[in-house]
Amino acid sequence: MHKASVAAAVGAVALFASGSAWAGKDLDSIKARGNLICGVPTGIAGFASADSQGKWTGLDVDVCRAVSAAIFGDSEKVKYVPLTSQQRFTALQSGEVDILSNNTTATLQRDTALGLDFTAITYYDGQGFLVPKKLGVKSAKELNGATVCVAPGTTTELNLADYFRANKMTFKPVVIEKVEEIRAAFFSGRCDVYTTDSSGLYATRAANVPAPATADDYVVLPEIISKEPLAPAVRHGDQQFADIVRWTQYAMLEAEEYGISSKTVDDMLKSDNPTIKRILGVTPGMGKALGVEDKWVYNIVKQVGNYGESFERNVGMGSVLKIDRGLNKLWTQGGLQYAEPIR
Amino acid sequence: MAVESIGSPQHAKIAPWNDPVIRGWVFQAVVVGLVGFLAWFLVTNTVENLARQKIASGYAYLSHEAGFEIGDSMISYSPANTYARAILVGMLNTLKVAGLGIIFATILGTLIGVGRLSPNWLLAKICEGYVEAFRNVPLLLWLFLFYKMISEAFPGPRQALNVLNALFLSNRGLYFPVPAADPIHPWMGLGLLAGIAGAVVLHRWGKQRQAATGKPFPSIWAGAALIVGLPILIWLAGGAPHHMSWPELKGFNFVGGTVIQPEFTALLLGLVLYTSAFIAEIVRSGILALNKGQSEAAAALGLSRAQAMRLVLLPQALRLIVPPMTSQYLNITKNSSLAIAIGYPDLVASVNVTINQTGQAIENVLIIMVAYLSVSLSISAFMNWYNKRIALRER
Repeated sequence: MHKASVAAAVGAVALFASGSAWAGKDLDSIKARGNLICGVPTGIAGFASADSQGKWTGLDVDVCRAVSAAIFGDSEKVKYVPLTSQQRFTALQSGEVDILSNNTTATLQRDTALGLDFTAITYYDGQGFLVPKKLGVKSAKELNGATVCVAPGTTTELNLADYFRANKMTFKPVVIEKVEEIRAAFFSGRCDVYTTDSSGLYATRAANVPAPATADDYVVLPEIISKEPLAPAVRHGDQQFADIVRWTQYAMLEAEEYGISSKTVDDMLKSDNPTIKRILGVTPGMGKALGVEDKWVYNIVKQVGNYGESFERNVGMGSVLKIDRGLNKLWTQGGLQYAEPIR
Repeated sequence: MAVESIGSPQHAKIAPWNDPVIRGWVFQAVVVGLVGFLAWFLVTNTVENLARQKIASGYAYLSHEAGFEIGDSMISYSPANTYARAILVGMLNTLKVAGLGIIFATILGTLIGVGRLSPNWLLAKICEGYVEAFRNVPLLLWLFLFYKMISEAFPGPRQALNVLNALFLSNRGLYFPVPAADPIHPWMGLGLLAGIAGAVVLHRWGKQRQAATGKPFPSIWAGAALIVGLPILIWLAGGAPHHMSWPELKGFNFVGGTVIQPEFTALLLGLVLYTSAFIAEIVRSGILALNKGQSEAAAALGLSRAQAMRLVLLPQALRLIVPPMTSQYLNITKNSSLAIAIGYPDLVASVNVTINQTGQAIENVLIIMVAYLSVSLSISAFMNWYNKRIALRER
């Protein structure tokens, strides 16, 4: 009797243990839950920021909206969890969020040792330096001895140390976790330089300079000291979910390449072009292969827009940031954004 | 059956499941077994999950290159050093701020606590206001306030407040000159240690003489002279090298001299002011718990109020003060981890960055826990030893 109950207990626990070991089906749990939990930055204008009504907008946010549109046919079934640079990986590893769309640089170490999968690159970025104009600095090579504000646990922090070592210069870091506090330290003059991805520098310069100073009192130095390919990340283990996230980005790029936008998508349904018919699901099969509705691209483009629309609306000329598309132009226009074909 | 149970209780007759001794053992074994099983389950499940997600595990990363810079270090450190050294730098920074915090909070707290009992109405009310203000606002807010005050209120390095071209106060911290490194310094350190040892011996001898002859000996002044005098004598004997390293503005920052950084100042200030409010209340309660007769007797002997406090009341109050004081010391140590909010590079900051770069959260969190546990247990052990030493010996 006693032995039997112990055996039963062991059996029950073993079942529970193996049950949790199988729990690699992120997509199943997302569908069962009915929403996508998306880890975004705590506030970077243009990439992810919440307005006074709590509505999130930005390039990072659009990634999650598009994935939600692909899975649920509705771009609003997303729950946003703001995460600092320190919290983000643990949050993804532990299952607190389904997907990180957090201005995160894809690197070998993160792809392997951290147990993550990076999908398609949503923004080609590079690290730069923001300095007050009155310092009169013209180049990052003149920064020897400077005090530098930087966020902890980022590739930025490591590139910064590498760059100064490589150029035989020294610096003093001021490292604070909350991005708002780092910016405050920089603008109060605690640091000479603020460094992060140049997109973040433009966002800071456009949206966070405290009055009475203006954006013109600060300059972004010309040097870009690193490659920062920003990509959404998911956990290792559910390839199908990773595929959906990757192909969602490709779908937004393909849509732009073939001139499908949120305004033209309904007309495009009547197009005779076989590629467009395949992309929009008029010719069925693509969505089914991916494990979503055949209308998935239609839903993404109709509700979120193509990549170009999302870029211009959030960070490009249609926004306060006014970032030039540069490397993020389509490959057909001399940029690096090149989607694998939907066929 | 009834006859048997009425008769003298016989242990041998009790069924094993009714025997309280056997039952006790079985229950304890079951509880231990369950706890052990739970631990085993958690560990194996975690290891299995980590392996399945291909997350690295183990402590091999400690010997890898850290790659990140630390803004404030007591030992030499560069990004080319290992993670282990980066964590050590953080640990030393934590010990520095906690150690200084404990010393200053004890001094300030005792003064405030005694001040609250002063017959001077103004002084007592000021001390009371101090206690209520610092005790009732969360420490984190004080830290933010002090940090903002330093970084917003002080000028930049190029407009630094300049005292005699030696002290420079700016939002980069307080720069001041220090003697340039010289081979005489280690010997002066030895002299200092010898002076301290001499002062302790002198103090004991003075006490013995007072007990034997009744003549007081100014052991405090004599001891201070020894502690200060010996290093100075060695310095003079070594030819009095007086090269100083002066801070001067070069490029962005001051170079030379040494600096107390704003993050450190804000953290130390916050910890000391906050904890001293609690210590003040502990000291006050310790003194008030003494029998009124003690102060009256001291007054009857002709001791001044200060003498009565120093010679009669505080030594007795100490026995009541030491145990709760231990928790305040532990609080300072643990609260120093709030450093992360204002960017002081303490243990938690170093380890957090390490977690982020290596992804090995479990191993790193274990390091933090073991580190704080050992520091806290050391403080507790020391305070318990001290408490025993000063305890009333009843004969």
